[in-house]
Amino acid sequence: MMPPVSYATGACKVFSLDYANMLESAPLFARAALTTLKISTAGIALALIIGLACAFLLYLRIPLAGRPVRAYIELSRNTPLLVQLFLLHFGLKVDAMPCSVAALAFLGGGYMAEALRGGLEAVERAQIESALSLGLSRWQTLCFVILPQALIVAVPALGANVIFLLKETSVVSVVAVTDIVAVAKDLISLYYETTEALIMLVLVYLVLLLPICLAIRHLERRVKHVAFGN
Amino acid sequence: MSPSAIDPTAISALGGLDVLLDANNLQRLAEGLLVTLKVAASSILIALALGIVIGLIALSRRRIVQVPYRLFLETVRIVPQIVWLFIVFFGLAKLFGWSWSGETSGILVFGLWGTAEMADLVRASVSSLPAHQTQSAQALGLSRMQIYRHVLVPQALRRLIPASINLATRIIKTTPLLVLITVVEVLKVGQQIIETRLLTTPAAAFWIYGFIFFIYFAICYPVSLSSRWLEERWNVGG
Repeated sequence: MMPPVSYATGACKVFSLDYANMLESAPLFARAALTTLKISTAGIALALIIGLACAFLLYLRIPLAGRPVRAYIELSRNTPLLVQLFLLHFGLKVDAMPCSVAALAFLGGGYMAEALRGGLEAVERAQIESALSLGLSRWQTLCFVILPQALIVAVPALGANVIFLLKETSVVSVVAVTDIVAVAKDLISLYYETTEALIMLVLVYLVLLLPICLAIRHLERRVKHVAFGN
Repeated sequence: MSPSAIDPTAISALGGLDVLLDANNLQRLAEGLLVTLKVAASSILIALALGIVIGLIALSRRRIVQVPYRLFLETVRIVPQIVWLFIVFFGLAKLFGWSWSGETSGILVFGLWGTAEMADLVRASVSSLPAHQTQSAQALGLSRMQIYRHVLVPQALRRLIPASINLATRIIKTTPLLVLITVVEVLKVGQQIIETRLLTTPAAAFWIYGFIFFIYFAICYPVSLSSRWLEERWNVGG
């Protein structure tokens, strides 16, 4: 599938790239990028759910929930994703794909919880009482009064977390998931196409991350102009 | 590889915990941890020194400063660090024949990444101080140096110190990536120990990686706590 190895012959070789080879590896990278996206989308979605649950448990001061939730947040935020992955995959024998998603969700959950809790704390507690006295149920108060305001405040932190988690997904190759990094590493070790593989690696990450970064920055700017009567 | 005190062919009675408790293995893990900490400490020192200098320079609003500064910051940040590690470790060796060790590459990458983040923290902590601070100080007749010494720097430090402690934990949490560029740090040592016992005590993986998980927690948690404590004490908010 790949043409034979072209070993560097000297200093003049520095920037003569094997473009045909780069083109040929493009589908491999595309498929890998899809895997990366799948893992990060699932991981980030789960992280948001976990984070939201934890933030609510802390915000509503649910009895007995405080300590375990806080312990989870500290554990997830103060350990590296790579070690979490190793523990899940090799220690607890979880399969590579579910393990990657689970580790990402575990890590992200703590970060999302902190971001959302910050947003929730920014909403005055008097609003809960006001909403309840207007006849809204507790559930309605949370969903339609508190949460929308909290989300607006939390957008910059949530956006930063999304980008952070997307970038963190780059380590899943250690549990034998064929992601972008794994493809690059294979190309380097099998064909010695180091420069080409690295350029492709950077390009794929730029294509993946730049639009998301710009979109999040745009969202932040829009949210800045939203103010709720204060 | 040093011989284990426990007969490696014997089926473990403790479900793999004995592999972790083996003094020989613990010592090897400690040696690996030392490598991890060495890389982390060197990177943090580089980040502090260079980051403060670059961050102060970046306070200038001139284009000749802002354009290269933004370019540096965004270039370092846009791709995951593992990509930078690959570029430095594999790429520079292929392109220019600079075959640095994994440790050196790690220190370089984490150091430069930390520098970018630190510079941005320094720039933000000074430039986020309201302009009326400077103006009031000027109105009181303070000189430029006095304004920096007595008004701006003390306030900026209160924002900067908790944030830079946080950055230190982030750098520590990035060090396991070294395992991907052949550095024998704590995670790699753990892998080696597990592999020697793979056939007899497969459950060792749980204990070894669990142990490493808690080592990282034991290092990062107190550091994050101190950052939060300082933040609350100085009342600057996250």
